[in-house]
Amino acid sequence: MKIVVLMKQTFTTEARIELDGSGKPNDSKVKKVVNPYDEFAVEEAIQLVERKVAEKVTVVCLGPASAEEALRQCLAMGADEAVRVDSAGLEEADSSVVASVLAGAVKSMGYDLLLAGYVAVDDNAAQVAVRVAELLDIPQINVVSKLEVANGTATGWREADGRTEVLEVPLPALVTADKSLNKPRYPTLPNIMKAKKKPLEIKAPADFGINPPASKTRVVKYELPPPKSGAKIFKGTPAEAAAALVKALREEAKVV
Amino acid sequence: MSNDILVFVELQNGDIRKVTPQLVSAARPLAEARGGKLHALLVGEGIGELARKAATLGVDSVAVVEDPSLADYTAEAYAEAITQASKRLGAGALLFGNTSIGKDTAPRVAQRLGVGMISDVTGTISTGGNPIFKRPVYAGKAVTHVEVLESSFVISVRANSYPSAPAAASPAPIQSLAVAPDPSKIRTKVKEVVVRAAGKVDLTEADIIVSGGMGVKGPEGFEFLRPLAEVLGAALGSSRAAVLAGYIHPSHQVGQTGKTVSPSLYIACGISGAIQHKAGMSTSKCIVAINTDPEAPMFEIADYGIVGDLFEVVPPLIEEFKKLLHG
Repeated sequence: MKIVVLMKQTFTTEARIELDGSGKPNDSKVKKVVNPYDEFAVEEAIQLVERKVAEKVTVVCLGPASAEEALRQCLAMGADEAVRVDSAGLEEADSSVVASVLAGAVKSMGYDLLLAGYVAVDDNAAQVAVRVAELLDIPQINVVSKLEVANGTATGWREADGRTEVLEVPLPALVTADKSLNKPRYPTLPNIMKAKKKPLEIKAPADFGINPPASKTRVVKYELPPPKSGAKIFKGTPAEAAAALVKALREEAKVV
Repeated sequence: MSNDILVFVELQNGDIRKVTPQLVSAARPLAEARGGKLHALLVGEGIGELARKAATLGVDSVAVVEDPSLADYTAEAYAEAITQASKRLGAGALLFGNTSIGKDTAPRVAQRLGVGMISDVTGTISTGGNPIFKRPVYAGKAVTHVEVLESSFVISVRANSYPSAPAAASPAPIQSLAVAPDPSKIRTKVKEVVVRAAGKVDLTEADIIVSGGMGVKGPEGFEFLRPLAEVLGAALGSSRAAVLAGYIHPSHQVGQTGKTVSPSLYIACGISGAIQHKAGMSTSKCIVAINTDPEAPMFEIADYGIVGDLFEVVPPLIEEFKKLLHG
């Protein structure tokens, strides 16, 4: 069984966001990492190989050359091979475009199980993986906290609002990872060295016969939230402070 | 191209979800700008009563798809039913709540229709020409304005971002749509659904949230906060640290790896305010911080604060709210 993992390189969640001269987030000073949710997907894929359920893990990423660092990280965790689809000309592409390129790449690589994080922590859109599943015409189990794969089926425990759904789908299928799926490993030094020799291919969309379509949405502006001036602090005894707070919530904020 | 707009009416525990009238108020100006009608769509089985309830949402028409394949929710069956219904109604734009079901189904519908989608919308910038919507990115540390470039599109809307549309005086007409997913194309099997009794008020849709962190000092600390939540009709939230410490079930977790919430009032009790946590609640309209540490980062984003021990502050707070609300 062959597993393909969709991965995106993102800013760290601790990153301070600043806008550059053109009004876009300045990424030159920011540390970039494997999207944390994709890391759960990579870890799950590696564990399936270790349990002899799967034979091979390929990680694919649409991104610039700098994304190769994130792909090497996945290889150091234990993935077998990596593919970077070059994003030149697609820097501003929306989820529909990214999905069409990745779906084309995944289709020509071949796969039995497609894994991804359910969301990327930078754009928070949670669209690409599901769109890829739709393009490939495969079923999905989304936001999964536990996964079992056997006999050509995947069973996933999906965390939904106020309930857990246990879903079964035949392979090939997409499974997206929630945070509680596993604990991603830290690569060991020998594995980091080994990862340098593992195959990392660089492709263009055209190599998969894809001519990326035009974006259907466009970011026209980035804004930083206005800095808050700090809380109005109520002093006095707990009873006095509580009374003043409730009065402010009613008369100023008008929220109760 | 069609000018009509479709609002997906999500059903949960035998009722219409609270985000739905908010979707109606987001959709109405879009419909007016396009000169189109506003439809509400319900899918499921045995949902006639809920369709009658949806007729008073303030929409122009209600469409219902009922089929045994829709009795249990699956993304495959719902995406197919919604796509077919949308084509049948000739709707050009679709609105979903950014709920579990919205996140699971809306991108599939958008892809099936071949249209663009904007997720987790928190506001409308403009409705004329190409509509522009607002949405937070980078864990709430920036906001983007996103334009749809084609007349057909899908958006999913964060709960509590728009006011609820007032109920209509006279009910809208209801029509049953004879569309159904092809059962041979539904590959997903629902083996089991475990419903958690996480409290009466759904965290993501709650208007008020009382939330606890490490400062509550243990599971009994959350029991201490519960009467405050009850007097306010609020949901109970928590920080990640409190979940990891085993004080409360993970379903209460607010933050980057928990629920994203946007209530009108968020009362943070003994929560320091890690970036992780702020990512999930910084769009709350009014934030109150109660903490013994005056340097806690939560005070930086809070509107109001009390520097003090929550175990001393919360009891008089409950009394004050009781006087005010149930006086």
